[in-house]
Amino acid sequence: MSGRLGHIWVYLAASPLLWLTLTLIAYQGATWVSRRLDHHPLANPVLLSVALLMLVLRLTDTPYPIYFDGAQFVHFLLGPATVALAVPLYQHFERLRRMWLPLVVTLVAGSALAAASAYGIATALGASREVALSLAPKSATMPIAMGISEKIGGIPSLTAVFVVLTGIFGAVVGVWLLERLGCRDDAIKGFAIGLTSHGIGTARAFQISPLAGAFSGLAMGLNGLMTAVLVPLGAHWLNH
Amino acid sequence: MLGALTLLLLFQLAGEVLVQALALPVPGPVVGMALLLTMLVLRGGVPQPLSDTANGVLSHLSILFVPGGVGVMLYLPRLREEWLPIVASLVLGTLLTLTATALVLRALHRRQQDKEPRP
Repeated sequence: MSGRLGHIWVYLAASPLLWLTLTLIAYQGATWVSRRLDHHPLANPVLLSVALLMLVLRLTDTPYPIYFDGAQFVHFLLGPATVALAVPLYQHFERLRRMWLPLVVTLVAGSALAAASAYGIATALGASREVALSLAPKSATMPIAMGISEKIGGIPSLTAVFVVLTGIFGAVVGVWLLERLGCRDDAIKGFAIGLTSHGIGTARAFQISPLAGAFSGLAMGLNGLMTAVLVPLGAHWLNH
Repeated sequence: MLGALTLLLLFQLAGEVLVQALALPVPGPVVGMALLLTMLVLRGGVPQPLSDTANGVLSHLSILFVPGGVGVMLYLPRLREEWLPIVASLVLGTLLTLTATALVLRALHRRQQDKEPRP
């Protein structure tokens, strides 16, 4: 690029406007493609938009911190979105109250297994301590997982990557696997997907049915809380 | 919508303040969520604007993961170095958790239903 065009590029590439807009466009494009492909699990909107944005950054030689400077306005909303989970939790409070014992037992078991298996498998296969600790909270929703990772000595931004990969993988294989297991209840499918793969899984669960989506959101919220309690305790125990 | 967004941010802020003040082991937004849930239970209902805004934010939850996800490019060397434990942990851990969660919940739910008197 030369002359005037080059100047414009240099100016825009350094401003949040460009990267914020591109993030929104990439996501909308990815959603469009996903819809065209009839929501094929592999055409996951997060996977597609992340891949597309990485390609753009590579081609334009843009360092990630410059990109994130703009995209952080989107990232920031993870905080209020976590708070907003109180609303679906409340809306299903009655069902939650009726099923509370099975849900609580499953939550504790699933949450502990998610963290222990992630840490254990990685450690057994020779991962560094930092990477294994960064993997432990991978099933929790991103702001929670990053907060936990920081507390226990992981690398928060590496955890963010693992959270996204876990979410995408769970969203891609979740429904298929649960149907193979003979699981027909949408509430149970949703709960398993949300506990395992947080918000990205919840977006997938809403495609099954509103009930699956609600239970997925419920599991995501509860697993966030449970992981935030269990993982620091587990890490503390490992250190003694 | 503006009022509802302000409310969400206020609860997040209250959560962050509590976490800092009491040195709690959980992230601020989670405490904010618990506080908001408590308020909704005490109040006995969700104000319509809050319900609209919350459902709006949550229906676009996926996009919020994109900026963090692009960060994978920062860690490509590290991921390549330790790819086997990472991939195994992500794939096996996820399959294991999905399976165990669904089977445990189904078994417990069936037991509960068997105990309840049928109409």
